Amino acid sequence: MFISTALFDTGALPREGATWTAAQPPRRQGVSLELDQVSKSFGSRQVLKEVQLALAPGEFVAVVGRSGCGKSTLLRAIAGLETAEQGSIAVGKGSIAASIRIMFQEARLLPWKTVLENVAIGLPRSLNAAAATLATVGLAERANDWPAELSGGQRQRVALARALLHEPQLLLLDEPLGALDALTRIEMQQLIESLWLSRGFTAVLVTHDVQEAIALADRVVLIEEGRITLDLKVDLPRPRARGNAAFAALEQRLLSRILNRTTATDAAIAA
Amino acid sequence: MKKQSAWAPWVLPVLLIALWQVSSQLGWLSSRVLPEPWAVAKAFWTLAVSGELWTHLRTSLWRAASGFAIGAGLGLALGLLTGSFHRAETLLDTTLQMIRNIPALALIPLVILWFGIDETAKLFLLAVGVFFPVYLNTFHGIRSADQGLIEMARSYGLSGWPLYRDVILPAALPSILVGVRFSLGLVWVLLIVAETISAQAGIGYMTMNAREFLQTDVVLVGILLYALLGKLADLVSRGMEKHFLRWNPAYR
Repeated sequence: MFISTALFDTGALPREGATWTAAQPPRRQGVSLELDQVSKSFGSRQVLKEVQLALAPGEFVAVVGRSGCGKSTLLRAIAGLETAEQGSIAVGKGSIAASIRIMFQEARLLPWKTVLENVAIGLPRSLNAAAATLATVGLAERANDWPAELSGGQRQRVALARALLHEPQLLLLDEPLGALDALTRIEMQQLIESLWLSRGFTAVLVTHDVQEAIALADRVVLIEEGRITLDLKVDLPRPRARGNAAFAALEQRLLSRILNRTTATDAAIAA
Repeated sequence: MKKQSAWAPWVLPVLLIALWQVSSQLGWLSSRVLPEPWAVAKAFWTLAVSGELWTHLRTSLWRAASGFAIGAGLGLALGLLTGSFHRAETLLDTTLQMIRNIPALALIPLVILWFGIDETAKLFLLAVGVFFPVYLNTFHGIRSADQGLIEMARSYGLSGWPLYRDVILPAALPSILVGVRFSLGLVWVLLIVAETISAQAGIGYMTMNAREFLQTDVVLVGILLYALLGKLADLVSRGMEKHFLRWNPAYR
């Protein structure tokens, strides 16, 4: 049962010996993502109902919603950790399998491996590249420590480095900052944004934090009871200042939309 | 402060020995019931000088080590097998659970019939007794490996042997070592009984022999040797935990 050769990611990993010598990592274009009529249920409970969503290559989309609305299931379905009963999920165009990596709410580091070995998981021969990636998240000097010695925020940074080492074309973030304190969360948001800007991968962020969604995403998608009920473009210049009036207005609109979905303003926003 | 805490575990044993010596000297304890500590120390010295003690000790240590190696080795192998493959569990686990409920020592009459009274019988008893703690804990360790970590490792391209070696086995290791530690303690208990089956050497033999001649001091030497060996086995397993689980703050 535990020993299986099944893998959701069949290819497009960098070759095992691959290292880069330049300080600048190679730019890779993100891939497009297309979900067509995706449905999923656990037992008799339908969690996703005919979800329709398309992302352009390199786009950053945040998925928000109340807990239990199906947003995490959607992300896990894209990652291939859950199978959708109906509909199709297409990552990238053409026949080449795209490289997808997921960051979980918990860092999920192997406690018996050092920080550096954790970053290099799956690519054990690219320790040099792992050290370089660890440096980009600002943890170069913790390479030989055990994960247990790190703080929660540092652990998530290691998890981010681990995902980035595989040079994902699509990075999935499943509430990775949910358990962090407010200051660490803002730092991590800035780090994720700058890495996304420099590397150009496509990103899907699941979060319950509306402010986080608006700060990071090109588009915010709201899921309610398994359906996408709102798709909002965030047209604010980056880096986005939280105190900004336009930011606050958008945040207010989105929040009130989530909190009372039966108010008359719905139609106006959705339009 | 640090010095104090290092000596603290030994305060109680030393006090007990002092009390024992005093009560023997005052005649509260008859030497037929319990000889004074000094007499036990002298008996130990005599046995050590004559070389008799080392012969017995060597024999017992060899028995304990080989019985443990066979039993724990099989327990580990079968535990890994049933823990990792559901088919192996369905085939083997029920049988093993039934055998587990038979006390190893209840097998003595049968073991004597099968293997006679030589070394094989003793090793068999030790191996059977040591097998189950290791087997059960290995099985449990593999089964309770963090599914989140396994899912993560799979999604990062690990499968088959690398997944087993890097994720499942290390996750099971704390539990396996609990089994090993328990077995190392158990092996001495079983050894005492096994060595009463018509042995020619060994600490158990030495103790039983001394009982025949009412040499209570030698009996006590034997008992204390078991205590020391048990403590030694415990130190070994703790050392293993410290080494293999050094990533875990609870074992540092």
